[in-house]
Amino acid sequence: MRPLLLAPALLLAAPLLAACTESTAPSSDAAAGDDVVTVSSTDDACEVSSTEVPSGKVTFEVTNDGSQVTEFYLLAGDGQAIKGEVENVGPEATRQLVLAVPPGDYVTACKPGMSGEGIRADFTVTDSGADLTPTGDDAELVDQAVTQYQAYVQDQSDQLLAGTKAFVKAYENGDDDQARALYPVARTHWERIETVAESFGDLDPKMDAREADLEAGQRWTGWHLMEKDLWPARADDYTALTPKQRRVYGDDLLANTDDLVGRIAKLELTVDQIANGSRGLLEEVATGKVTGEEEYWSRTDLYDFQANVDGARVAFEGVRPLLERNDPDLADQLDERFTALQKLLDQHRDAAAPKVDGQSGFVGYDQLSTSEVKQLADAVNALAEPLSRLTAAVLA
Amino acid sequence: MPRPASISRRGLLGGGAAAVGLGGAFAVGRASEAAGSSAGSGSVESERYALRGQHQPGIVTPAQDRLHFAAFDVLTEDRDELIDLLRSWTDAAEEMMAGRAVGSGAIGSFDLPPDDTGEALGLPASGLTITFGFGPGLFATTEGEDRFGLADRRPAGLEDLPHFPGDALIEARSGGDLCVQACAQDPQVAVHAIRNLARIGFGTVSVRWSQLGFGRTSTTSTQQETPRNLFGFKDGTDNVKAEEVDALDEHVWIGADDDPDAAWLAGGSFLVARRIAMDIEVWDRQPLGDQEDFVGRAKGTGAPLSGGEEHTAPDFSLAGSDGPIIPTTSHVAVVHPDHHDGVRMLRRGYNFVDGTTDLGALDAGLFFLAYVRDPRTHFTPVQQAMSRHDALMEYLTVTGSAVFAVPPGAGEGEYVGEPLFG
Repeated sequence: MRPLLLAPALLLAAPLLAACTESTAPSSDAAAGDDVVTVSSTDDACEVSSTEVPSGKVTFEVTNDGSQVTEFYLLAGDGQAIKGEVENVGPEATRQLVLAVPPGDYVTACKPGMSGEGIRADFTVTDSGADLTPTGDDAELVDQAVTQYQAYVQDQSDQLLAGTKAFVKAYENGDDDQARALYPVARTHWERIETVAESFGDLDPKMDAREADLEAGQRWTGWHLMEKDLWPARADDYTALTPKQRRVYGDDLLANTDDLVGRIAKLELTVDQIANGSRGLLEEVATGKVTGEEEYWSRTDLYDFQANVDGARVAFEGVRPLLERNDPDLADQLDERFTALQKLLDQHRDAAAPKVDGQSGFVGYDQLSTSEVKQLADAVNALAEPLSRLTAAVLA
Repeated sequence: MPRPASISRRGLLGGGAAAVGLGGAFAVGRASEAAGSSAGSGSVESERYALRGQHQPGIVTPAQDRLHFAAFDVLTEDRDELIDLLRSWTDAAEEMMAGRAVGSGAIGSFDLPPDDTGEALGLPASGLTITFGFGPGLFATTEGEDRFGLADRRPAGLEDLPHFPGDALIEARSGGDLCVQACAQDPQVAVHAIRNLARIGFGTVSVRWSQLGFGRTSTTSTQQETPRNLFGFKDGTDNVKAEEVDALDEHVWIGADDDPDAAWLAGGSFLVARRIAMDIEVWDRQPLGDQEDFVGRAKGTGAPLSGGEEHTAPDFSLAGSDGPIIPTTSHVAVVHPDHHDGVRMLRRGYNFVDGTTDLGALDAGLFFLAYVRDPRTHFTPVQQAMSRHDALMEYLTVTGSAVFAVPPGAGEGEYVGEPLFG
């Protein structure tokens, strides 16, 4: 589990398309013609090597010459809107902030100690005539991506709630066949937005913990407890839960799902979180699904696998127009590899298995041969490697 | 974003350039690590070899101590994608052999996974050589499909080896469409090389199997001491050595006229790889006299049982009390070139220990690597004789096997294997 992959950026919604930060690198890193502005941040000063540069690509090389952790900001002329930032620059460290800046008045700020309004100074960008892609188009593409993905997350969480309700009802009523049929379908909606769901670090362990993940003394609740109760064949000396216990665990899952869905409705995602979510979902596949660990009892891993891939693909498609402009080759490669992985997954569909969205379900994971699992692993690696560059390419 | 200039893992920019091969072959650069230190004082870690030359490195290069060997299946069906990979691999191999990080290095943009995985940062080149080979599957799949349009260039000698008695091959440890042999004085450097090449290959190729080796079991230069295998015996005494130029041409390098269909392979070689598991615990219970009879050499000195020093030629006709003093079933008698029309191999094997088995025995043996001009004349008959007659076979099980055509060295601006696709 990687519950916080999405979370840290939530509070500090980074300005979109602003920046990429770099570690210390040879100064040859900045191509000829780019302006490099060095910034020395100390505990009580912010020395900027020049206060005026021509418009175009500007690299701020920020060195922390103080004793506290510092931040550097380029703010709009009003001193409020953030155009770009580097955070967490430790003492003696150097970070780069690379920006494409249009002409105008700006404000620079160092923030030793990471609080307060920082040590500010005016900064001017003159018109060099350089052609900077209008930010208006970007903003529109970003808005579209966020709106679409937000709607997707919302829809999936609604379906998760409905699916969970139906599942819990069947489970609590002792209708095991029905519960077993509903289980992988309801979980599909969880797995499609797994990185979002897991970003709520208090709920995830209550809802999605596997028995092997538990710490000593931790109480086991959630999906996988009921999974084991419905598919106890691989368990030694298993004692089935009583109807009363079933009600306790079923109601608990439903309450947590309700809570989750309420919180998701208030989420505001940023485009880098969406791109990171795509990568995160593929990591879920690589670490939990392809290994057949997620659904140890029910062997319904391929449903989760497919759902993670669905979510990753929707997130990718959301940011695709931005990627298309920045790195069309990467967009094509990701298209190809999503398609190749889907083709492999489709080979394992089973018309008799519970359907999701009207599509056939999947055979049990134990039906796959070692070489079939290896093929899936290869396709996941093939996709995950370029996907690891998605966020940076989208923000470039 | 501009790509930072690739930096040396040790800040060695330009200091001690690798010697590019005298005549292309056997390119040895004993570049000293720090500028100003006297020539010849370089440690083994500071050895550097050139990727480019008439032959690939890692064949006659004095055998390094450590190995990571990987075999790959090709996933793509697109010839251009395969060529792109070979080009990327060649570039990355050249960087790593020079002691530099691959691509834009291990420390770059905070927003991207670094191009280089970083575990070799701060380590010198360590004599790293990277050697590439092509398996039979590149020329035709098992279903006979010519997926890359290479079938008419398939070398006649590149065919799956026949089954030998004593083989208990594990499919997942055998075969492969491509191979990469990474040898170095530092295991971390060898593993770094395979790891980064595998990463570059994701989506185009898939690792089929890989093998770590510690401790070379052969000498490929007269300057090296003969090492010992895990049976405790000196191994590779009569190996073809880098200094034996004529023998290399006769037994190792493929000649221009060897195979008209595979003219691209001239200057290359064939590589036979065999994972030979040793029954270590049982072997250790054999009396020394028996051990020496099985091998045909003295355990201490490595001299043949017919007398002399390690490098004295064995006398197979010298009689003992009960037949020849070097038993006819001894390893040296069974495989000696005198009994195989004079054919020799360039062996480059490594000891391996992959932990222990479920029963607590060492999962250990010899990862046998041999470079030969033609496996059909230089390997198969010798292996057949060994499987049938060699007393050592009682303690050996071959669990993996593969054969590769190793293209000649890449010239300036070329990728390894370019003549095959040209």
